[in-house]
Amino acid sequence: MYPSAAVSTLVNDSFVPVRVHVKQQEAFAKLGEKYGAQWTPTTLVIDATGVERHRMEGFLPEGDFASQLLLGRAHAARLAGDFAEAEDRYKLVIERYPLTDAAAESQYWAGVARYKATSDHHALIETARAFEQRYQDSPWAKKASVWQQKEA
Amino acid sequence: MADSITWNTDLDKALAEAKGSGKLVLLDFSAAPM
Repeated sequence: MYPSAAVSTLVNDSFVPVRVHVKQQEAFAKLGEKYGAQWTPTTLVIDATGVERHRMEGFLPEGDFASQLLLGRAHAARLAGDFAEAEDRYKLVIERYPLTDAAAESQYWAGVARYKATSDHHALIETARAFEQRYQDSPWAKKASVWQQKEA
Repeated sequence: MADSITWNTDLDKALAEAKGSGKLVLLDFSAAPM
């Protein structure tokens, strides 16, 4: 984990942090099997019921890691059905870390969250259009491209 | 700058704290130097 104030603040403000070290063999094996963690670092965002909501496997540079933490928070809100909160959290990823992979993914899911909150399909069309302006080369642009066809 | 994260080691206690605080749990499987 990164020895930076930004990451520490983010973790302390939004998460209850738990570390299982590979040298803690019994605990590592038990939780590793439960959550399918076969490699280090593997970092999971888990809700209060113990359900995994987001997964990071392998090293990430600090900004990418921080953006993935925020992305995990957004996913947790969306998967809990709090779509308005999820949209806000996805937009925060884009605002704070616009050059990360998490930002492109967040642009996609922000549109989904808005659609789920409003049932207005224009949210998806607008998201597809947004991918024409930003993150065009991301896999998420491909996923959103199908929404352009809704307007035809 | 020092890492100021205080890591828990008991997931069950962390989940209970998360329920009470509205936070999520961050579970880190690590091989970093201790």
